[in-house]
Amino acid sequence: MTDRALAVVRAGALTTVQDQGRPGHAHLGVPRSGALDAPAAALVNRLVGNPPGAALLETTLNGCDVRPRSTVMVAVGGAPCPVTVDGRPVAWGAPVRVPAGALLSVGTAVSGVRSYVGVSGGVTVEPVLGSRSTDLLSGLGPPPLTDGTVLPLGTPTAPHARVDVVPHPRPPAELILRVTLGPRDDWFTTAAIRTLTTHTYRVSSASNRIGLRTEGPALERALPGELPSEGMVLGAVQVPPDGRPVVFLADHPTTGGYPVIAVVRPTDLPATAQAVPGTPVRFVVVRRR
Amino acid sequence: MRALPVGDRALLVEVSTDEEAQALHADLLRRRAEGSLSVRELVPAARTVLLDGLDDPAGLAARLTTSKLPPAPARAQEVVEIPVRYDGPDLAAVAGHWAVSPQEVARIHAAAEFRVAFCGFAPGFGYLTGLPARYGVPRHATPRTTVPAGSVGLAGPYTGVYPRSSPGGWQLIGTTDVVLWDHARVPAALLSPGTPVRFVPVES
Repeated sequence: MTDRALAVVRAGALTTVQDQGRPGHAHLGVPRSGALDAPAAALVNRLVGNPPGAALLETTLNGCDVRPRSTVMVAVGGAPCPVTVDGRPVAWGAPVRVPAGALLSVGTAVSGVRSYVGVSGGVTVEPVLGSRSTDLLSGLGPPPLTDGTVLPLGTPTAPHARVDVVPHPRPPAELILRVTLGPRDDWFTTAAIRTLTTHTYRVSSASNRIGLRTEGPALERALPGELPSEGMVLGAVQVPPDGRPVVFLADHPTTGGYPVIAVVRPTDLPATAQAVPGTPVRFVVVRRR
Repeated sequence: MRALPVGDRALLVEVSTDEEAQALHADLLRRRAEGSLSVRELVPAARTVLLDGLDDPAGLAARLTTSKLPPAPARAQEVVEIPVRYDGPDLAAVAGHWAVSPQEVARIHAAAEFRVAFCGFAPGFGYLTGLPARYGVPRHATPRTTVPAGSVGLAGPYTGVYPRSSPGGWQLIGTTDVVLWDHARVPAALLSPGTPVRFVPVES
């Protein structure tokens, strides 16, 4: 038995394996998937000497506990949280040596939602269409972790980073999402467009990796009826019949039949991964580049 | 043909019919293969093709909408045959909608020449067109919580086969043992946009 493995002692509310996802298969109905807070995932990989595409763990709200079977370097980033090794506090946002058999405990997020746990060598579960990401919509990739899961690890290829300071993200007190209108803004009344861009929405607790759901005033349609299904992009702001906008995140369906009123700038999407339910959301219309 | 901008890097090209959407998709695939179009995702749908991951969507939009849409290429692909037992729980209801007998539903359905218009809903799920318009049926008002893998269903103008067990609102007319999606297989999806499909009745 190889010792390059990670045993999951406490899986937490929702912990999944993620990498940069599987773009390029939308025409087959395959979502892009991948880490929701991509910059945090990339940083954590860099800290432990992994290439940016290495697979790591994405936790949700209450972290996870894992026990590596060989000595590894670990870094925890994304949502700030307490980190301990065999009960002793260790650094967050920095490479930490975890001896074989020791218990790494990633605690409940102090702020934000999703923490990332990078392990030297990366998680090497079998890739599906070139990616190891768990896709909650279509069930591709490894299932969400459960207590007792054992994950294989790769061999480290580079030394871990020497760091003095890493950026300490501040999860958004207010989510400001810059959007360009369209492609179906003409399916809504001008009052609806004004409501979208002047009213403050709030992050709904029904949000997940598929979409950031919002609570707030319903957007009124100018055109009734159904739109024939059409392709959807990451960041699309789709408006279902209840009129509350949903921002499509990594595991979003690749085609859909509800009109898309606007599209969020990709650079504003990582912050959605860390917005707790109740966070105010403002949609700000910007001109197309 | 109309090109709608989608964010900063994508275009939604809209046409009038599903045949035109299939022709446009085939033409864009050809352009990508010959190297004159750089695009990450090419997603055909009912009346549109989405192009995502473009460097200059506005420039491409101008070129596309002034060019003429070529006719759909002849079907070069081999027909995928899907053996089906016409024994679905909604067979009688569909027969009622069509005002024919259940046996006649099977005969009409198996006689049609289908083509995958687009995919979505789940990996490997194809929206198949080919049934004459008069055979359209509504979705169930309340979707079933579980539809078994291999179920053959109808909704609106489309036929589809559930790749795996999932909730679903389509009218189920039959069952197949064909595996629609297997990520250990190359290609993983049995059906992709443009694939010609025929259903072959088998005994229950």
